[in-house]
Amino acid sequence: MGEFKVHRVRFFNYVPSGIRCVAYNNQSNRLAVSRTDGTVEIYNLSANYFQEKFFPGHESRATEALCWAEGQRLFSAGLNGEILEYDLQALNIKYALDAFGGPIWSMAASPSGSQLVVGCEDGSVKLFEVTPEKIQFARNFDRQKSRILSLSWHPAGTHIAAGSIDYISVFDVKSGSIIRKMVLDRQHLGVTKSRCIVWGVAFLSDGTVISVDSVGKVQLWDSATGTLVKSHLIANADVQSIAVADQEDSFVVGTAEGTVFHFQLVSVTSSSSEKQWVRTKPFQHHTHDVRTVAHSPTALISGGTDTHLVIRPLMEKVEVKNYDAALRKITFPHRRLISCSKRRQLLLFQFAHHLELWRLGSTLATGKNGDTLPLSKNADHLLHLKTKGPENIICSCVSQCGSWIAYSTASRFFLYRLKYEHDNISLQRVSKMPAFLQSAVHILFSEDSRKLFVASNQGSLHILHLLEGSFKHLHTFQPQSGTVEAMCLLAVSPDGNWLAASGTSAGVHVYDLNHLKLHCTVPAYNFPVTALAIAPNTNNLVIAHSDQQVFEFSIPDKQYTDWSRAVQKQGFHQLWLQRDTPITHISFHPKRPMHILLHDAYMFCIIDKALPLPNDKTVLYNPLPPKNESDVFLRRTAHAFKISKIYKPLLFMDLLDERTLVAVERPLDDIIAQLPPPIKKKKFGT
Amino acid sequence: MAALEEEFTLSTGVLSAGPEGFLGVEQSDKADQFLVTDSGRTVVLYKVSDQKPLGSWSVKQGQTITCPAVCNFQTGEYIVVHDQKVLRIWNNEDVNLDKVFKATLSAEVHRIHSVQKTEPLVLFQRGAVRGLEALLAEPQQNIEAVIPDEEVIKWSEFFMVFKQPVLIFITEKHGNYFAYVQLCKSHSLSKYTLLLGKEEKSVKPNFTARVDGKFISLVSLSSDGCIYETLIPIYSSDTEKNHRLIRALMLKAVVSGAARNGTALTILDQDHVAVLGPPLPASKECLSIWNVKFQTLQTSKELPQGTSGQLWYHGEILFMLHGKCLTVIPYKCEVSSLAGALGKLKHTQESDPHSMPHFVDWETCSGYDLGSYSADQSRTLRRKKIETNLQPEVPGSKQLLSIIKNDSEKHIEVELRKFLAKSTPDFHTKIGDVVAGLLGRCKAEPSFYPRNCLMQLIQTRVLSYSLCPGLMEIALEHTDVQMLQLCLQQFPDIPESTTCACLKLFLSDTIQDEKKEMKEQTEIVQNGFSPEDNSCSKDDQQLNKKPGDAAKETTSFPVTSCPVTPKRAALINAVLHSAYSEAFLLPHLKDIPAKHITLFLQYLYFLYLKCSGNATMTLPGISPPTLSQIMDWICLLLDANFTVVLMIPDAKRLLLNLYKFVKSQISVYSELNKIEVSFRELQKLNQDKSNRGLYSIEVLELF
Repeated sequence: MGEFKVHRVRFFNYVPSGIRCVAYNNQSNRLAVSRTDGTVEIYNLSANYFQEKFFPGHESRATEALCWAEGQRLFSAGLNGEILEYDLQALNIKYALDAFGGPIWSMAASPSGSQLVVGCEDGSVKLFEVTPEKIQFARNFDRQKSRILSLSWHPAGTHIAAGSIDYISVFDVKSGSIIRKMVLDRQHLGVTKSRCIVWGVAFLSDGTVISVDSVGKVQLWDSATGTLVKSHLIANADVQSIAVADQEDSFVVGTAEGTVFHFQLVSVTSSSSEKQWVRTKPFQHHTHDVRTVAHSPTALISGGTDTHLVIRPLMEKVEVKNYDAALRKITFPHRRLISCSKRRQLLLFQFAHHLELWRLGSTLATGKNGDTLPLSKNADHLLHLKTKGPENIICSCVSQCGSWIAYSTASRFFLYRLKYEHDNISLQRVSKMPAFLQSAVHILFSEDSRKLFVASNQGSLHILHLLEGSFKHLHTFQPQSGTVEAMCLLAVSPDGNWLAASGTSAGVHVYDLNHLKLHCTVPAYNFPVTALAIAPNTNNLVIAHSDQQVFEFSIPDKQYTDWSRAVQKQGFHQLWLQRDTPITHISFHPKRPMHILLHDAYMFCIIDKALPLPNDKTVLYNPLPPKNESDVFLRRTAHAFKISKIYKPLLFMDLLDERTLVAVERPLDDIIAQLPPPIKKKKFGT
Repeated sequence: MAALEEEFTLSTGVLSAGPEGFLGVEQSDKADQFLVTDSGRTVVLYKVSDQKPLGSWSVKQGQTITCPAVCNFQTGEYIVVHDQKVLRIWNNEDVNLDKVFKATLSAEVHRIHSVQKTEPLVLFQRGAVRGLEALLAEPQQNIEAVIPDEEVIKWSEFFMVFKQPVLIFITEKHGNYFAYVQLCKSHSLSKYTLLLGKEEKSVKPNFTARVDGKFISLVSLSSDGCIYETLIPIYSSDTEKNHRLIRALMLKAVVSGAARNGTALTILDQDHVAVLGPPLPASKECLSIWNVKFQTLQTSKELPQGTSGQLWYHGEILFMLHGKCLTVIPYKCEVSSLAGALGKLKHTQESDPHSMPHFVDWETCSGYDLGSYSADQSRTLRRKKIETNLQPEVPGSKQLLSIIKNDSEKHIEVELRKFLAKSTPDFHTKIGDVVAGLLGRCKAEPSFYPRNCLMQLIQTRVLSYSLCPGLMEIALEHTDVQMLQLCLQQFPDIPESTTCACLKLFLSDTIQDEKKEMKEQTEIVQNGFSPEDNSCSKDDQQLNKKPGDAAKETTSFPVTSCPVTPKRAALINAVLHSAYSEAFLLPHLKDIPAKHITLFLQYLYFLYLKCSGNATMTLPGISPPTLSQIMDWICLLLDANFTVVLMIPDAKRLLLNLYKFVKSQISVYSELNKIEVSFRELQKLNQDKSNRGLYSIEVLELF
């Protein structure tokens, strides 16, 4: 298949931010996740847990609460005191509304979804009506002495439980008055703590209130009498989150020790109808605080400071024990944070608030498989470009020639011209961006670096012609009539004739750049697109979907290629379909038109279309090089998928030239090393 | 868990037990002292804890005591009636009964009842009741007849119910039984007809009673061997005469229905009854404790010399006449676990084993995974069909059971092998029945011991202790250590007492000798000693080979070679592996002789040293005891026998070594805790080395 020199890069110092909130939407089977930097991500649990949308973070917006209301509208609230609604189509923030109660610590949507309550720093609980366009302040409830850290609606919508410091209050929604106050014990194993923070409450339909607190207890209260019914001491540290299943037969709590406990309502004896809450299963998938949990009908979802999103399916609820029943741990974003200039061997790393440009090193030596070659020149850090303003970077790109860098935040678009004079680099910002170029979802330079393609969040595609130090607006493809869906992925053909663009749900559109018109639309597919690329010469569009299917579509012929049909006919290998990270990048070999290179976080693969496809009986992964084995055996076992799992977690991989690859890894240990230390547990002795 | 403690006998030199046994055993005013009245002339006061009589009194020759002596708890005097009408009252200082207070009454006395905190009551044969003081004030007073002429009092009992004395007595007339409840303060008498159902009138039922709220729970052991309960209201609401009372079945077939006499029962507490009688038609008499709530047999004791069919229960002590001796069995009922309560199954229905399987097959009952099960079932059915076609002579479990009852050991073995070769859907239950059958025959015929069959059955891995509670006892009797080892390895639910009995046997010298003989006889290990045993012995030999090295390693602690032979070590290891709960095991551990404790402790110490000697803290071998098992056993053993161990010089030295070693271990761990941070740094450094830096160019070849 071939020998490559691989630039193995581990200096991309990327640390995902910790997860603060998760909110599960039962209607659409989607999960909203907010991180400590204010980023909000939407995962589609039906589409193989693909992260299909994201909203960039903002320095001043620390999200403390996230909820779905009125069907599929997403709201968040944070310490800047604002309630935000997200536009899930255009991928921007619809509006922000100040609640005028100081920092907001908690928010909950009513069971019908028509009302929101927020709990504020000043002890006020505020009720908002959700109107079709906005939300409207309705009233204040009785003000409490200290901040409201958690809120939960009674399933009938008549009462609200609010967790505060040292006590839980129950409000009557109609009158807004407090009807019950339940004071917590601050004792923990005989030691009285200075205060007991109620991190989470859950109101059940039978009137039971479940609270989790900083003392390490899960407590069940009878809200009618205000009495403590049952207390479970489960941790030496804080219990920080709780989520109850819709059927109210199980709930899940997360602790600061990284443990997630599953509680279930179990019959006392096999025959009696009397049931009680029993702690059934502990899970230790996190090393740090579990800040938030969610309970989908079939899985427990947890996230926290260690930045992993963990989806743990409940075996008893999973009907078919297939690969969906496996534990999922999502750490890295399902989009590219790295772009590459092949001609100058540059890598552009995108961080939340800055960009880094690195030049790869070189070597003169050669070696055999597995050798590490001595470097004649090490990699250089060329540029550190900080953004202006508090907003996070959405996307970035470096041109193939390396002389252009573009990036965008939620409100501004930046274009820079780079000049190389020996070892010096000069950077010049291209000023006077046109008004329509405010915010981009995806940026792409053409192969010859003379055109810039920008997918804006309004659904339109802008084409700019780049000149020396300036640009000219060439054309804008307006979105299909009526839709405002943002285009998240772009691909341009190396000859510059075709541009493919894909949104989150609709199919892939292919534009003819010579005639500036829509050429065709690839038939829509059920699962979102995770990566796109157009092959040189043949102009075949290769599309990877979140269900691990890969299609090849011939743009000139406007139909799927024979190879793609053959693949669909035979089906992919079982193990290929069972991979749990999406393909994030596709590229091609300049000299070998039959090869397609693609990678996900744990493997990279070269598909050789000339070879027979593997069926379920053949070995898909063949990591060991054959030694002293006959050609017959080789020929018998050779199949189209050449897979390497050496580099992981793999964030980016591309072909620099015919014999050189670049692989960007981000070892998990390096991320853990940059996290705050977890709660220490004794290892030796007792 | 209800249990019978070790029995002992009281010397009965002066007592003459007639064919009817004694008249009675009654409590005296001092705890631990009891009045025993024989059927002739003598009353003896026994101190039970000392097992000796404190005093003995007799009436003159020609006179006969007709009613058991009782103690007047208010005055501390003793009362007895002789010749049916003469009342005698005396105390400890009196020597001759002739010279004590005497009162001749106008009517015949049936019994005197005395309980704490009230004056004794005198029940006359015609049903009248008088308080003792009132009677003594006017001994010749007229005593009326309460019951009809032909009725005879059969049994009576006296209770205090809310400070009100209540007397119940049962009369018999032409095989019909009547119960009278007399409230002594209000002088109200209620009469009830007991409907005892169809039974042979010739056999008298046994009665015992207990106050249960506003009812007297009258428990009777009837001639069909079942225990029935009748609830009699203490305060009858209406005065209408002749209420009828229906009895309810409490326990089924606790004694053989054929037993004509020699049966008795008494209530121990609200859940337990003690029953005296033969459990099977042919078997010897037994004292058994039944749990009424769970309908289970808690414990039983065989009384081979026969009894008089009398049973008394006072202050947690059971009295009975065993042979010619008055036997005392202390009874204890501690808080029990469900598993313990369900531990023993009754074997009384062996006469008709076909009626119902004794054992429940949980897999079929629970309805678990119905879909796949039915598929499985149909598959097995299909398989079964084929098999039956192939070998029509394979015995069913019914035939096998009949074979077990009568045939020779060889034949049983052959048939059993055939039976085991095919697996049926309700294999569990069938195996249970087969084992029960085998054990039943073992009990009946002491010479019958189908060792190979039992071994085979154990190795099916479907047996558990509760399925065949007698198996290990029989193996213990035969000192069949191989079988015991196998049981310990296979059964998940061996009670602590049995585990401890096994341990005792393994530690005792008899095993050692046997083993030596066996070694001499043949070098080949018998089939019961599994390959595990071989490996273990090898390991131990390996261990033994280099005690010198080990000693060099830990010079401060003398490491001795293994104190027991490899075979014994393998047996003890099986005990170490077994499951137990400390609270139940501790009391049994106390019974192990001091010599064996030292040996066991030596062995455990040896294992502990071996364990700590290597980094992984594990012993070689296939299933060696783990460090925590060893530690737990050391702690348990020391807890149970600390004082004993302190007294033995050998063990004391051992203890000192153990203490030193544990102390050094603790200091090692605390040092480890201190340098944990450094360890982590080292680990990090190690990782960095493998990381090969942040940037490298490598060569990759894809095939």
